[in-house]
Amino acid sequence: MSKRRSDWQNRPQERFVRWMREGYLALDEAIEDSVLQPGEAPPEVDPELAAQHQEAALQHRHDRDLALDRLAQYDLYAWTLTKGRRLIGRLHVLLSLLLGGMIIFFLLGTVAHMPRFGAADVPANNEVITRYIEQGLAETGATNMVAGMILDYRAFDTLGESTVLFIAACAVLILLRIDLDDKGQPTQQLIAEESDDRHYEPKNDRILQGTAILLTPILLLFGLYVILNGHLSPGGGFSGGAIVSSGLILYLNAFGFKKAGRFFSYKTFQWVSFGALGFYGVAKAYSFYCGANGLESHIPLGTPGAILSGGLIMPLNIAVGLVVACTMYIFYALFRKGGL
Amino acid sequence: MNFVNLALLGMLVVCALAVSFTKNLLTSLIVYMAYSLIMAVIWMLLESPDLAITEAAVGAGITSVLFFVTLKKIHALQGDRDHEQAQK
Repeated sequence: MSKRRSDWQNRPQERFVRWMREGYLALDEAIEDSVLQPGEAPPEVDPELAAQHQEAALQHRHDRDLALDRLAQYDLYAWTLTKGRRLIGRLHVLLSLLLGGMIIFFLLGTVAHMPRFGAADVPANNEVITRYIEQGLAETGATNMVAGMILDYRAFDTLGESTVLFIAACAVLILLRIDLDDKGQPTQQLIAEESDDRHYEPKNDRILQGTAILLTPILLLFGLYVILNGHLSPGGGFSGGAIVSSGLILYLNAFGFKKAGRFFSYKTFQWVSFGALGFYGVAKAYSFYCGANGLESHIPLGTPGAILSGGLIMPLNIAVGLVVACTMYIFYALFRKGGL
Repeated sequence: MNFVNLALLGMLVVCALAVSFTKNLLTSLIVYMAYSLIMAVIWMLLESPDLAITEAAVGAGITSVLFFVTLKKIHALQGDRDHEQAQK
């Protein structure tokens, strides 16, 4: 008991309360201390009685401190429920009004200084758009003007977007992955997650499996079509990759991690992402180098409208699609049970 | 055509308000999916099929699936709660 009591008495909160109430408690403590001094106990008193006395005094002091502690806690609690709550609520309202007012003010100010919509002399109506529309087909060889813009004129932006996705996947991997322990054995947490996953998603759901058998090939085929035809028709790497990954996720849901792990592991993710991003960087570095130094690019543009046309656009679409598909799939796997 | 556009825009606003005013997380997630689909149709009508495909695949598909998994993880789906209570 004595150990617990001393720990309990030396808590910061306790010491604070004692300090606060020292004024009128000092006398009490002094009296108790005189009672508690073992050396000063009169010799003629029965030692058993003295021990009882001491025990009772300790108990009394403990009870009183506990009551004071409860009182202080209750005071604080009551304060948070009444005055403190109102105060903080008012502060929140004030801050949100201030923030909202500032946002409205700046947005309205920006809109007030914008040129009239569709006027001939606005900065947006410069020669760049005319160039894209008039020369786009001849310069990029892509029938889909959007693909020509995002993967040829502005390919550097798209490289940044793919890199952001890759970094996001890495961050999720760091945060959510549950590893094996040092000896390569599954840890307790991994086993718990595994059983939790099994618990919520029963295996061998016939309806889901039947749907997945029908839909997965169609989804994968459509995704590949959207990626490969990105320079001819609407679509491209990003949307095609998302469609492919939705097909993969459906397969994973229906057949479980064991079967999906046969064709997709961390190694696959690493190498596909690394290869696709690296290829993208090297390909664009080549064309930027050629363009900046006035050299002739040796990549044929082909006939516009044919599947093998548009120069680098189709390979770049494939690279972006691979990165997006891998990233989305690994997002799903990590969110669901922290691993593949 | 104009009427269709207006109706779709109205539904978009209704969905956007409904997402923030529904109490049930699962319901608001499904309303959010509907919002994305309506947005995809609007992109199609605005003659930007690239955006329509991306919106349908990412907005209505992948994002919602990730949200669903997160809801399951934090035990916010109604069925999960029932199950847990039954277990206790």
